[in-house]
Amino acid sequence: MASCILKRLSSSKKQLCLLLRLETTAKNLAATRHLSFTYQPETASAAHGETTRMNFFQSITSALDTVLETDSTSVLFGEDVAFGGVFRCTVGLKDKYGKDRVFNTPLSEQGIVSFGIGIAAAGATAVAEIQFADYIFPAFDQIHNEAAYFRYRSGNQFDCGALTIRTPSGAVGHGALYHSQSPEAYFAHIPGLKVVIPRGPIQAKGLLLSCIRDKNPCIFFEPKILYRSAVEDVPSGDYMLPLSEAEVLVEGSDMTLVGWGTQVHVLREVALMAQEKLNISCELIDLRTILPWDVDTIAKSVVKTGRLLIAHEAPITGGFAAEIASTIQSECFLNLEAPILRVCGYDIPFPHVFEPFYLPDKWRCFEAVKKLSSY
Amino acid sequence: MSAIRQAQRLISFSVSLRSSGIRIYQCLSKRNFHRVNSVTCSENVTSKFDDRPEFPGSKSEFVSKLEFIEPDNIKGIPVYRALGRNGNIIEESEDPKLDSSTVLKMYKDMTLLNTMDRILYESQRQGRISFYMTNYGEEGTHIGSAAALDPRDLVFGQYREAGVLMWRGFTLDQFMDQCYGNVNDIGKGRQMPVHYGTKKLNFVTISSPLATQMPQAAGAAYALKRAKNGLCVICYFGEGAASEGDAHAAFNFAAVLDCPVIFFCRNNGYAISTPVKDQYRGDGIASRGVGYGMMTVRVDGNDVFAVYNAVKSAREIAVAQNRPVLIEAMTYRIGHHSTSDDSSAYRSVDEVSYWDKQDNPISRLRNYMINNGIWDEKMEKEWKLESRKMVMRSFADAETRKRPSPDEMFEDVYDVLPKHLENQLEEMKNHVKQYKENYPLEHHEKLT
Ligand SMILES: Cc1ncc(C[n+]2csc(CCOP(=O)(O)OP(=O)(O)O)c2C)c(N)n1
Ligand SMILES: [Mg+2]
Repeated sequence: MASCILKRLSSSKKQLCLLLRLETTAKNLAATRHLSFTYQPETASAAHGETTRMNFFQSITSALDTVLETDSTSVLFGEDVAFGGVFRCTVGLKDKYGKDRVFNTPLSEQGIVSFGIGIAAAGATAVAEIQFADYIFPAFDQIHNEAAYFRYRSGNQFDCGALTIRTPSGAVGHGALYHSQSPEAYFAHIPGLKVVIPRGPIQAKGLLLSCIRDKNPCIFFEPKILYRSAVEDVPSGDYMLPLSEAEVLVEGSDMTLVGWGTQVHVLREVALMAQEKLNISCELIDLRTILPWDVDTIAKSVVKTGRLLIAHEAPITGGFAAEIASTIQSECFLNLEAPILRVCGYDIPFPHVFEPFYLPDKWRCFEAVKKLSSY
Repeated sequence: MSAIRQAQRLISFSVSLRSSGIRIYQCLSKRNFHRVNSVTCSENVTSKFDDRPEFPGSKSEFVSKLEFIEPDNIKGIPVYRALGRNGNIIEESEDPKLDSSTVLKMYKDMTLLNTMDRILYESQRQGRISFYMTNYGEEGTHIGSAAALDPRDLVFGQYREAGVLMWRGFTLDQFMDQCYGNVNDIGKGRQMPVHYGTKKLNFVTISSPLATQMPQAAGAAYALKRAKNGLCVICYFGEGAASEGDAHAAFNFAAVLDCPVIFFCRNNGYAISTPVKDQYRGDGIASRGVGYGMMTVRVDGNDVFAVYNAVKSAREIAVAQNRPVLIEAMTYRIGHHSTSDDSSAYRSVDEVSYWDKQDNPISRLRNYMINNGIWDEKMEKEWKLESRKMVMRSFADAETRKRPSPDEMFEDVYDVLPKHLENQLEEMKNHVKQYKENYPLEHHEKLT
């Protein structure tokens, strides 16, 4: 920014500090970020080779770099993608691969998705970025009626399987109505689509590469609070992680906890708390792919534990937890020791200053664990 | 054979008579409103025997030579200016002849906005508020347009139009309370900072999803037209937002359904990092107006008088003729997009500094005021001090106020609390009471 503005800012800063000291007492800063979980780094499988320390957004960049390197038809595009994206996921890629492969689009989500459908239908690989999941809705028609049905309606003559839509989702502490949403459930209702949500950098790179190379259109939700806060030693090379396979992260015997994205980390803490405070052994599962989802892994766990808790940030009514609960109660009815419980966002828009009360945080989940265990 | 040809000629003759008759009627009915100028009209009349395209909706003529329209050969739409950079009125007829108290209010609001921006930007940097967006460089578009409207005209904004609110009397306290989301925030702490709204001042609450307000503005204007209250709607939007599908719907609906709405584009050169060259290939946003059949003008947004004149005339057209008007105000976003952005990653310090120093709406108006003897160095100094004090006082007050009680997050989802939300509210209260040490209750009003 212009030096004059900087000067102005720094003089106003002095003034501000001075006046604030005069006029207000020292107080805890209202806007301090309220992290509802602690990130626990994981270790990559040795089979995937050498690693580099990366945060979540760097692991996305690394996946995109791999795609551009290995697939000469592939292109990346979206709002502000050329300079690196507002979350820095495409930094350096335009310089490395050229502006015809990594480019800005005009500001239109329906344009971005439909342009991507066209690219994919014509035989190239399209990785489209929607700047925030909250802004994906102008593209809903193109995703639902077009991308997802392209193959089916043409009798498998045409498809747009080479389209992947990446978009940041979920709570960040201060995103309010339009920078916090977790809209995965809407997309779970769309036959023909795949919906994936990674929980950390290692997962993100491997799952994103799978989505891009999968022969079906995929939506890849990136929990934006993890972009900087999650750091791991991520395999530097090319590797893929399986879609439609949930992963058991912690084995346990008394209760099954299911989540995805950020919520996995909340539940990891809940599992620890349950062990320490209640002597309850929880099995923690990351669903990873929302559609088509892995019923078997969850059912197998519930057969063993007899109790199931599902948690997500999105509002409870019509959330994806409802789908899991419904399927598992019919798959495992005789094994269940208690009703399946859901801890989710409330059925309200995502509110700014009330975020700590809105979220399905570890205390709400812990309380549900208590209820489940004493049913 | 020849009889058939004659009959055909007769038919086509009567058709062209009928259609030219329609054209004459249109000319007469619209002459007052200079929609169709009389020269074109009489030409239409004299050429009534020509073979003209009769396709529904066509307004043109046949040509027998293939020729593409090359947009580069069309002269760019000019930028209307009233004040030169030195602060002198360029053309006497374009002097809005505002009294000095109005000019002073314009200047004070523009500079107060600037001061408020600096304090709130910095306070976000210190973690006191969660987010902020400055209006640096675009003050002229806000104040010039707001001053030309009836305060009862309904405003649909994007998010970078705080000056419009300031002009209408939104107080510093109200701005700060919204940014803090405290108990005095009329929006009840639900939205991010700068998502202002006030029914009292006829400013519809800001929503983050871009361009959504544009077709809504057309609808609101339609309702105002039917209410016959002599009011119109103004809709602000960025040149980036103009790429959304909603912008197209807005323009087309407003034109087809004859809506008294002013579409006011702030073309500030960027949509976050995206420069206009990655946003459109035509001659800005103004060139689209004609395509939709809208009256259109492009103004220098850094010239508060030009903006004032344009909006004043646009308002007259909108209200008297029930037509939409498109105004493209050319300006420059001097600040970062928001506190989440660092614009040094995509534009040079020199570029920003040019607009800040050489073509700044505030300095231009100040020059005018000094030239006309209604402002001087001493007044500038005093006002700077006073305005800063005012901002700091409001800021400090807003910070001490608590946030609303957590109960309130369930209100207003519907007009009345439905059963399932009543249950969820109870569940939340019981939970928070049981685990109170884990929640930031000290920042909020008490749970009931
Ligand atoms: C539908 C939608 N897509 C993306 C965004 C993210 N976003 C916020 S502001 C912005 C740029 C807007 O640029 P412009 O309309 O020119 O307004 P300016 O910021 O320049 O005032 C973008 C892409 C959004 N808010 N809504
Ligand atoms: Mg802009």
